[in-house]
Amino acid sequence: MLSQILYALPFLAQGFAVTLWVSLLVVVLSLIAGVALGVGLVYGPAPLRWAVRIFSDTIRGIPILVLMFFVYYGLPAAALHLQSFWAAVLALTLFKTAQVVEYVRGAVGSIPKGQSEAAMAIGLTFRQRLTSVIFPQAFRRFLPPWINGVTDAVKGSALVSLLGITDLMQAINQVIGRTYEAMPLYILGALIYFAVNYALSYASRRLEQRFAFIRD
Amino acid sequence: MGYTLNFNLIWRHFDKLWGGLLLSLELAVISIAIGIVIGLVLAVWYVSAGRVVRAIIAAYVEFIRNVPLILLVYLVFYGVPTVVDLAYSAPTSFVLTLSVYSGAYLVEVFRSGLEAVPRGQLDAGKAIGLTPWQRLVHVRLPTMLRITLPALSNTFISLFKDTSIASVISVPELTYGAQWINFNTFRIVEVYLVTTAMYLVTGYALLFGLRLVERRFRAAR
Repeated sequence: MLSQILYALPFLAQGFAVTLWVSLLVVVLSLIAGVALGVGLVYGPAPLRWAVRIFSDTIRGIPILVLMFFVYYGLPAAALHLQSFWAAVLALTLFKTAQVVEYVRGAVGSIPKGQSEAAMAIGLTFRQRLTSVIFPQAFRRFLPPWINGVTDAVKGSALVSLLGITDLMQAINQVIGRTYEAMPLYILGALIYFAVNYALSYASRRLEQRFAFIRD
Repeated sequence: MGYTLNFNLIWRHFDKLWGGLLLSLELAVISIAIGIVIGLVLAVWYVSAGRVVRAIIAAYVEFIRNVPLILLVYLVFYGVPTVVDLAYSAPTSFVLTLSVYSGAYLVEVFRSGLEAVPRGQLDAGKAIGLTPWQRLVHVRLPTMLRITLPALSNTFISLFKDTSIASVISVPELTYGAQWINFNTFRIVEVYLVTTAMYLVTGYALLFGLRLVERRFRAAR
């Protein structure tokens, strides 16, 4: 049993690399899109605010699995042909973007109104108010939940196995298909996911304590 | 080449989606009921236990929270029967998994709820001569449940969405029904549009219903 698992380790490592790569892509792309849309939700004109609100509430209201199947099987009907890898990344990114939008809204909304009023009183322009006053403070509120959300991205990436992408989850299933050692391999897989995510949530908790000095 | 929407085949097989939705709700309700029991017992035990028990409960919570649900579903359905002499159906296996999964989240919810019960209430209970058990059942738990109700309904709605994972072990819930229609009729866009709408309507109906319940039982400030 042990020798079989040792034999499978390089294969599992390849799968693990795919898991990390998918997670990294999703986290980075959703950060860019989510911050842009989140700022639009807070400061944008009414039509944009409504559009972002509908996008976020719809995406967060359906299971991530349904979203993934919709994107994967549905895009070719819209004459868009993506490889399964990119379809999976697109679906997970859409889902994560909706979450990042809410983190941004929460973080910016938590900054007391007096801050932007004071900035207005000393004559800062809208852009200066955002970049020099609001964002530096909101960033500290944004960071802990966002890092915690990164663990969701790593966990969510296990679903790409259902589109036939050989990530860690799929690699484990394939090794089990050959060796019939289901329990040891699932536990090994769980421990690998646990190690990555626990480190991330630990970092999130430390940052939250570090930034706890901010008061309203 | 254009794609023309045609919902006829969806309505012909709509029983797959409707029955699936009912099963999704059933799975979520049974799982949260068991999860609440697990969460309550472990949370009450946690706040009064010594270091070792606390460490074990914390390990359970952290392990479940940091592992993908789909892996836990596979582990219970394909893994556990290889080492334990047990046989169970896919729905049972999924309910088992989702209960243990929701239990881990609810331990945290109830634990922070128990700590949020004002100290004065417990002292008042002691002052009128209630035993520790009476203080728990008549003072601490009712107040804690009122405090944790919003978190509880959020957990339920997120469990309802998590039931879609049951499709990977062929439990015929809503997502499985959608896939069945997808593969058998190829009305792909239509079936996922209808399925999305069903998840959204059910999810938001649950949300508004539970918000009403919360308003009725809001904790006194």
